Amino acid sequence: MSTLALNPGPDPGSPTVVEPVSLRAVGRRFGSQEVLRNLTLSVRSGETLVVIGESGCGKSVTLKLMISLLDATSGEVCWEGHDVAGLSRTERDRHRLRFGYLFQNSALFDSFDVFENVAYGLRESADRSEAEIRAVVVERLEEVGLDAGICSKKPAELSGGMRKRVALARALALEPAVMLYDEPTTGLDPVMTGVINRLICQVRGRRSVTSVVVTHDLSTVRAVADRVVMLEPVSRLAPDEPQAIFSGTVAEAFASNDSRVAAFMQGGDASWEREVG
Amino acid sequence: MSTVSVSRPTFSPIHRLGALVLDWVESVGDFSLFAIGVLGQLVSGRPRRRVLLETMYVVGVGSIPVVVVTGVFIGMVLAVQGYDSFHHLGMETRIGSVINVSLVKELGPVLAATMLAGRVGSAMAAELGTMRVTEQIDAIRALGANPVGQLVVPRFLACFLLIPVLTIVADTVGIVGGWLFSTQALDVNSHFYWAHSRAFVTAFDVATGLIKSVFFGGAIALVACYHGFHCRAGAKGVGRAATVSFVVSFVAILALDFFLGLLLNTSYRLAYPQLPSLL
Repeated sequence: MSTLALNPGPDPGSPTVVEPVSLRAVGRRFGSQEVLRNLTLSVRSGETLVVIGESGCGKSVTLKLMISLLDATSGEVCWEGHDVAGLSRTERDRHRLRFGYLFQNSALFDSFDVFENVAYGLRESADRSEAEIRAVVVERLEEVGLDAGICSKKPAELSGGMRKRVALARALALEPAVMLYDEPTTGLDPVMTGVINRLICQVRGRRSVTSVVVTHDLSTVRAVADRVVMLEPVSRLAPDEPQAIFSGTVAEAFASNDSRVAAFMQGGDASWEREVG
Repeated sequence: MSTVSVSRPTFSPIHRLGALVLDWVESVGDFSLFAIGVLGQLVSGRPRRRVLLETMYVVGVGSIPVVVVTGVFIGMVLAVQGYDSFHHLGMETRIGSVINVSLVKELGPVLAATMLAGRVGSAMAAELGTMRVTEQIDAIRALGANPVGQLVVPRFLACFLLIPVLTIVADTVGIVGGWLFSTQALDVNSHFYWAHSRAFVTAFDVATGLIKSVFFGGAIALVACYHGFHCRAGAKGVGRAATVSFVVSFVAILALDFFLGLLLNTSYRLAYPQLPSLL
């Protein structure tokens, strides 16, 4: 059990299961550019939710809103039912430790070696002895299939797949209750994509974490998803249309009658097909 | 089919001027909040010893060669430029006082600060900008740490604490350079050179330079870190952050030099009204 969990989380058997993260009518703008509009999305405890959609539809922004790395321009982002906007900065920082985040390009600290990267959150979050930190780092690296021998290597000396796994070990070091994966397989070869997909499933199996995966990769959708949500770019939405145009199982996504969902799931480009068709 | 309501851009000179002013006011507000955040972290947090020492090494030890070389040349240039005027008046031995006062009050601190802004400030802006672009700053926040405390505070402390040392180095080598050139190349009498220097250069002059340098160091670190933290995406954004950081730092150094000089000299005259003006 996580020693850092600030809240043990809801009992799945309890009649009122609180959603770990939910977005209610959320909007987000960057200057004059509207990326999210009226997005409502709930992540159920223990599930693996996969968010798909075209580039620029706001998938990564959605993840950053979930962990409060960005603030919503409108609407509410809730952690276990509580509006994040109502939390102080210190409370946000503390509660953010419930989340693990695998960044799209790994975001390993260039100036630190692998050991210091994985140990970073451990050193910052609580007083631990060096022996405790070392034990956790080695355990997490082994969990993602890496040998402790790479501890002294710098991120620049690692392959893309290894960097992803080190970043995953770093995210798991604090034993998060919710894992957020931003394009976990982008830029990886099919073999390494399979490895990362298996790791996502393993993490969920071993730790019962709630996971949100943002991806374009259909193999990842098939391998890890309990539920799929598809976002449509704001520029293509009708005035009152919700931004999450589909929510359902993987099978339902592949069988969807919505031409936009069908085009994405068949590997086509929805906009191109619409323009041509 | 676009349904996004985007206001139509306007291009009249009045709109442009208004937008510029609003941008400037917003930047000043952002910078002030950033500086307050840094000061808050200075009070509430303690930087990691290893990170602080590494930063101090880069800022201090790494800057010594360039400060020494430029300091020597500045001292010699002052001798070259001042010699003819003094020689014309038959007061060559007085050149030492002008060189040394100029160095300890103005050129030493400004030179050390300019070198720091160019060598260290731009590198800080580029490094933090790269960290911003590659989401490393977001990663620090995601791991429950405060990026300002982790990244800015050590850099601020290193610049703030070490720039007086660099200023002393610049002053010293500049004085030695000016003396060597004056006595060896221009044949000025060494004894009278130092005698006149001692009569003109006071402890307050040296203190003025060092007080200014502390403000310069703080300004350089804040400006560089602010531009790194607010870097735009891509290689162009990082390059721009480094360039803008140096330009703004240099302007800040000169502006601070003027206002602090005015303030310190006024204070000096108020404290010692019987003494001649330092201006």
